[in-house]
Amino acid sequence: MDLKTMTYLVVGSTFLLYIYIAIKARAASTAEFYVAGKGVHPVLNGMATGADWMSAASFISMAGIIAFAGYDASAYLMGWTGGYVLLAMLLAPYLRKYGKFTVPEFIGDRFYSKAARITAVVCLIVASLTYVIGQMKGIGVAFSRFLEVDFSVGLVAGMVIVFIYAVLGGMKGVTYTQIAQYCVLIFAYTVPAVFISLQLTGNPFPQLGLGSTLAGDNTYLLQKLDTVLMDLGFGAYTAQKGSTIDIFLLTMSLMIGTAGLPHVITRFFTVPKVKDARSSAGWALVFIAILYTTAPSVGAMARFNLIDTLQIGKIGSAEGNLKYEDRPQWFKNWETTGLLQFEDKNGDGRIQYYGPGLEEKAAGFGWKGNEMVKVDRDIMVLANPEIANLPNWVIALVAAGGIAAALSTAAGLLLAIASSISHDLMKGVFTPNISDKTELLASRIAMAGSILVAGYLGLNPPGFAAQVVALAFGLAASSIFPALMLGIFDKRCNRVGAIAGMLTGLTTTLLYIFAYKGFFFIPGTAIMPDTAQGWIFGISPGSFGAIGAVLNFAVALVVSRMGDEPPEHIQHLVEDIRVPGGAGAAIDH
Amino acid sequence: MTDSQKKAAYWQANLRLVLICLIIWFVVSFGFGILLVDPLNNIAIGGYKLGFWFAQQGSIYVFLGLIFFYASQMNKLDRKFDVHED
Repeated sequence: MDLKTMTYLVVGSTFLLYIYIAIKARAASTAEFYVAGKGVHPVLNGMATGADWMSAASFISMAGIIAFAGYDASAYLMGWTGGYVLLAMLLAPYLRKYGKFTVPEFIGDRFYSKAARITAVVCLIVASLTYVIGQMKGIGVAFSRFLEVDFSVGLVAGMVIVFIYAVLGGMKGVTYTQIAQYCVLIFAYTVPAVFISLQLTGNPFPQLGLGSTLAGDNTYLLQKLDTVLMDLGFGAYTAQKGSTIDIFLLTMSLMIGTAGLPHVITRFFTVPKVKDARSSAGWALVFIAILYTTAPSVGAMARFNLIDTLQIGKIGSAEGNLKYEDRPQWFKNWETTGLLQFEDKNGDGRIQYYGPGLEEKAAGFGWKGNEMVKVDRDIMVLANPEIANLPNWVIALVAAGGIAAALSTAAGLLLAIASSISHDLMKGVFTPNISDKTELLASRIAMAGSILVAGYLGLNPPGFAAQVVALAFGLAASSIFPALMLGIFDKRCNRVGAIAGMLTGLTTTLLYIFAYKGFFFIPGTAIMPDTAQGWIFGISPGSFGAIGAVLNFAVALVVSRMGDEPPEHIQHLVEDIRVPGGAGAAIDH
Repeated sequence: MTDSQKKAAYWQANLRLVLICLIIWFVVSFGFGILLVDPLNNIAIGGYKLGFWFAQQGSIYVFLGLIFFYASQMNKLDRKFDVHED
């Protein structure tokens, strides 16, 4: 069976599976639409959180970024897993104890103020919408390859699918579908990784293969990769290329952003008990770690194979570079999408792919510059099995996995946006008397609106999928996380402090990002050059969230101390959410 | 011990445990994976340089251990201070 038929078949049958589950578990009430009736087992909830969490950024984009950045991309690996430690210890159990539907609802109650609730809704929408833009980029890449069309056409096709999918079911449908999606995506991610690890090192575990010697050779894979990349002028794979401060802050920003993202926090409202919220964070990380510990191997091996394909002989020798007409099928397929571009600068019909460190020597070979003028990082994971010549069913599976990852996260985020608009803004503040039915309708309209905005901005995304998503984390880190944490750990924090803190964190981070990425991400409106030299103190826009969070904490603490203490019933509320059991409270009164 | 004293003691015990866990969390990721990556890279385990291994593999395994350790310790604390559910 040819690849195209196979891909349609595999992607199509996974879709049928999701739709079947979604219809079986259709949301009946408003409560179920948002949080699945609080009855999901911690292990299953962990699995669904994993699918919710691992988006196009993790599945499609991250290993590609690792492939090209090497060690520097460790910020993504540590950042997107370490946040679960914070979530399990600082937020999840307490928010579960409080037991409401949405994050703004908690903030509004804890800071006894509708203004605080509205501020939280604004922060949530800004962060989630940015996140959805990143997903749209990933969905666009997956669909453009799968349908063999231009990226923009693929993106529109993806928007339609997300629309049908997210608007159809609510959280309950989503929870069970996400468990199925987790299984599809993790299988799709690990199978090619195992194959490639076996091919290159003879070790079936990618985590160990990365630290092993190459098959039939005594050199370690990473050592060989370092040497090859340095010879081509790219800089060693395992060496640090960016500044330490930026890697540090990016890691921090991703960690606290993880713990501040509403669609992940909402997940912990669905477990039966407080103690389940703690262990569920652990189970979520188990399922996430399977992908995250595999990703470094996927990245390194993809880079290794890419170079091996293009540089067929000694660097600089007449026959050393692959002839353009001999390029493999995957190369042609990706050229169709416009995400891979070759330009024969010196007109010799061969592909020269090298880095800035080789310029001088390259001129001596008669090379006129790197001819792989565009290699979009986001294609690496999808192209990986093709580069390694794996069977068609594996390639088809990866396409299905990438789409599952993007869909599940987009659905979770859209639900968080929709519920914050319909539940927090309309029902909670502006129009408290609307019926459940109107509320559901409003949330569906909100979803549709978000898809359109995110899809439009996804056409000209401010970075690769994982980088756009990193911006979203920075926004969540600087606005929502500090407010939640202070709400639980600082009894003295009052409403003015919390609102001032959230606004400070959000605006500083947003302005810093817009200054480099363009206002509202519209191309051409950036006022500063988005390069390492242009960044203030070398802090990239994606890393600024950590600074924004520090500002948020500082402002909230100081302003709270200047004002009144929160009212007594709020202080009791804080004491109450700090302990799991409800029964103990009554005895002493 | 009155009920509110018990709750306060429980909260203190919880904070102590969180602090210990977060120190380990910081040391393996920001410490070994970022700040001390160069000196650690002089040590090799198999084909991995140690600092690189912590940044791309090791810290994730430690995070996992930490969460389950915290969850099990908290279950004990919940019972010890009699604040558990059901």
